[in-house]
Amino acid sequence: MELILLFISFVIVNNFVLSQFLGVCPFLGVSKKIDAAFSMGLAVTFVMSITAVASWAVNNFILKKFGLEILEYVVFILVIASLVQFVEMFVKKVSPPLYRALGIYLPLITTNCAILGLALLISLKEYNFLQGLVMGIGGGVGFTLALVLMAGIREELEAADVPEPMKGAGITLIIAGIMALGFSGFAGLIK
Amino acid sequence: MKKGTPVYEFSKGIWKENPILVQLLGMCPTLAVTSTVVNGVAMALAASFVLIMSSLIISSLRKIIPSSVRIASFIVIIATFVTLVDSFLKAYFYDISKSLGPFIPLIIVNCIILGRQEAFASKNTVKMSVLDALGMGVGFFLSLLVLSSVREILGFGTWFGIQVMPDFFKPWTIMIMAPGAFFTLGIMLGVYGIFKMKKSKGV
Repeated sequence: MELILLFISFVIVNNFVLSQFLGVCPFLGVSKKIDAAFSMGLAVTFVMSITAVASWAVNNFILKKFGLEILEYVVFILVIASLVQFVEMFVKKVSPPLYRALGIYLPLITTNCAILGLALLISLKEYNFLQGLVMGIGGGVGFTLALVLMAGIREELEAADVPEPMKGAGITLIIAGIMALGFSGFAGLIK
Repeated sequence: MKKGTPVYEFSKGIWKENPILVQLLGMCPTLAVTSTVVNGVAMALAASFVLIMSSLIISSLRKIIPSSVRIASFIVIIATFVTLVDSFLKAYFYDISKSLGPFIPLIIVNCIILGRQEAFASKNTVKMSVLDALGMGVGFFLSLLVLSSVREILGFGTWFGIQVMPDFFKPWTIMIMAPGAFFTLGIMLGVYGIFKMKKSKGV
């Protein structure tokens, strides 16, 4: 039960993009088309779940055991970079259609702050293994949700008459604000 | 101003190629920590320090780093400086370090820093790279200063913690929450767009 609540909390209430500002760059960059947004979301969810497990293991079995917490940041980013590389090679070998669908989005994930943010938050909040995994999956699903919703709105927006100076990023940020406002309405859902 | 002169490389980051308003890089810390001016300024200074130091190191090592592993090498160099800044803040400014939370380590994946290394420092001389980093740092600092000032004045009625709004002013709580960050930055981009439009019409 507690885990289900944690999951819902990271999908809706503590949405990574709209309430914690993690992964805003891809949120603004890859939200022009719904199918591209969905592929990106899928790739991020996948990498986030693995990162949650890997970073938790590295943190607890290597860094804490040998008192190397000062190296946390360097180690986490290396773990993420090599994981993304590994996932890319693995997907390319096992499922070429999926590889083509994810395409350029996979390497971009390395610099997505949602991933490193996840690893850091798990270590900061001292989550256990299951909680960390649920946070990773929930965060990824929440990211996908925000990204796909935004892409849907932006596809409609192409037909709208937006004032010249606000075109592009300006109006996207205003929409993101309204979405964040909507999502903050769920805040009372979980204590 | 001509491209390639030291003055140009320094000043382009402040207005013409402002990292936030034009390149839309480094959005996460920009939006997340700017609810008060103190946090915004601390973030801008920390990120600028990392940017300048990594540009210095990477531009001096640019002929040694093999291009196939350059991204990984950049990230390790950046992460080292971020660890340095983080330990410094924890030791001397504990409150700020606490309120910035995970956003100090997240400077590692700040696209402004990695972007400048890839686009500039890995191809240019040490002097130009440092000037470029300084300019980008100033541009980042000014954008964060404006954004956090608007949010703190409207959201708390204060600026740097000093009361600036009259007593009857009711703080707009929305400005310090997530939606306020998106709205303020969206409007800033709009204002920047108006300036640019006026210029391109040939004043």
